[in-house]
Amino acid sequence: MAIERVGSKVIKFYVPLAAYLAFLLFPFYWMVNTVFKSDIELYNLDLNPLYIHSPTLGNIVALFTETIFLRWMANTFFVALSASGPTGVAIFLGYLVPQTILFIPLAHTIFKLKLWDSLWALVLTYPTFLIPFCTWLLMGYFKSIPKEMEECAMIDGASRIKIFRRIILPLCLPGVLSAGIFCFTLSWNEYLYALAFISSTAKKTVPIGLVTELVRGDVYHWGALMAGALCASVPVALVYSFFVEHYVAGMTGALKE
Amino acid sequence: MAEVRLENVCKLFDEVVAVDEFNLSIQDKEFVVLVGPSGCGKTTTLRMIAGLESITSGDVYIGDRLINKLPAKDRNIAMVFQNYALYPHMTVFDNMAFSLEMRKRPKEEIKDRVQEAAEILGIQELLLRRPKQLSGGQRQRVALGRAIVRKPEVFLFDEPLSNLDAKLRVQTRLELKKLHERLATTAVYVTHDQIEAMTMGDRIVVMHDGFIQQVGSPLELYDRPANKFVAGFIGSPAMNLFEAEFNRAGDGVSLRAGDFTLDLPPEKAKHFQDYTEQKVIVGIRPEDFKQADEHSPGKTIPAAVEVVEPIGNETYVNVAAGNVTLTAAVGRRAVIKPHSSLNLVPIFENMHLFDIRSQESIVNN
Repeated sequence: MAIERVGSKVIKFYVPLAAYLAFLLFPFYWMVNTVFKSDIELYNLDLNPLYIHSPTLGNIVALFTETIFLRWMANTFFVALSASGPTGVAIFLGYLVPQTILFIPLAHTIFKLKLWDSLWALVLTYPTFLIPFCTWLLMGYFKSIPKEMEECAMIDGASRIKIFRRIILPLCLPGVLSAGIFCFTLSWNEYLYALAFISSTAKKTVPIGLVTELVRGDVYHWGALMAGALCASVPVALVYSFFVEHYVAGMTGALKE
Repeated sequence: MAEVRLENVCKLFDEVVAVDEFNLSIQDKEFVVLVGPSGCGKTTTLRMIAGLESITSGDVYIGDRLINKLPAKDRNIAMVFQNYALYPHMTVFDNMAFSLEMRKRPKEEIKDRVQEAAEILGIQELLLRRPKQLSGGQRQRVALGRAIVRKPEVFLFDEPLSNLDAKLRVQTRLELKKLHERLATTAVYVTHDQIEAMTMGDRIVVMHDGFIQQVGSPLELYDRPANKFVAGFIGSPAMNLFEAEFNRAGDGVSLRAGDFTLDLPPEKAKHFQDYTEQKVIVGIRPEDFKQADEHSPGKTIPAAVEVVEPIGNETYVNVAAGNVTLTAAVGRRAVIKPHSSLNLVPIFENMHLFDIRSQESIVNN
């Protein structure tokens, strides 16, 4: 009986779970796989693409020696951190307009502000989609705090600002952290604005740097591309795993009494 | 030391009248209960006293101070909320200390006062816990502790017992009453539970549709309800209320309802000369019935028993007399079977009559 039950659990739960996991992780596998292959092996269609036949570190070396990848990483860090931070608070724009339309007037503004081809162009434009997103995400959080708690604090003698600082904000901390992580990730991966507003190689972020510098004409430097993508995904993965506790709490609601 | 005075207080939410012409003077140290069905304006009134709701018109005084425009924190009141509103991220100590901290009291004093309040409520060992580690009853105590630690002039309670289970509610009710005696502070208590109101209040204010229906001591309300609403609201099981027609019968008057008539005794009848040939509402409390062995027209109500409800200390029967249904208390261990018949004799001295249009009491006993 017990064995049967365990067996049915394996079939009904673990097998589909493993399949789903394999599906989700396959792109990562492909990326790692490509990083350690030489170009010759990569373009040889006779070989099984799922294995590495003669592993090489050449691609990683090429990425770091032939491109200024570390600079791009630094740029991306700068933009992602700055856009998720306090500068974002100042700007509240374009809640409903799609990004692809919005970048035209934004480009004009950026040009007028003489921020063209500057990382500040990205720092100032990312909040246009980050702030509405965070507002929406945090709205549910703030709503979950009973009004009585605020009223009680009012009677207790706290000012509005004190209530926000001492009661509301601590209770919303998981939500604020979640929103921060989301913003960081969205900024980190942003492509369109970075492509439109940055042109010099030294100022590119990873998503743009990789695509524009490692795809030369119709030649795709697959190994280096994947090495770049892999390296760029490390900080995001670290941020996620570091905050995962709060992040998960953020997804499941704020107040449980 | 504070009395609370409300003068012609009105509250409008947009066009909707929530509280209308509310006049009440609450004595120092008095325990006043506002009671009524949901939406009657009792909580709104309490919130106006607290400063959580603006006052559309009228004046509210605490002591000699007009507090209409005073912010909640400066009114020197403390409020206990229905859901307790404890701060979940703070310990019990911090929850209780918060208001003193906001008022910048010295640390030593805060500690002493929290300790003192915790002792009164018997929650000393809970001071380092967080609200979610407490049971419902314990949370309730912490909410009370948070209120008494401030030593306010007035306590405001907004249905503080309704989240507790029935047994704990009765127990806490007693403790609250003892606490009030000990602290001797003016208290305004809102509830929809008339038993709570009857047991706790020095005076009860019955509200309905934003208006005060009657103000009085618990037994005043029970014995002399001012109108049909109060009559039906106070008392459990509720007073029997039914329509009847006054008819002149010889020298006296008789009441006709369902398929029975009741001859009023002459001393009672003389009050109702104006109502002959008119309809009125008759109110008889379940315990104001006796039983007779035989039916005697004009004196008894022949009734068919539908449901018998023995609750231990009393047995209630639900009976039908024509199209009138009545509830009667028939004694602790009455042996009555459903579908049998009964002859009920109302005690005329305790009978209430209400005007059918104004619903006001015609004669209070």
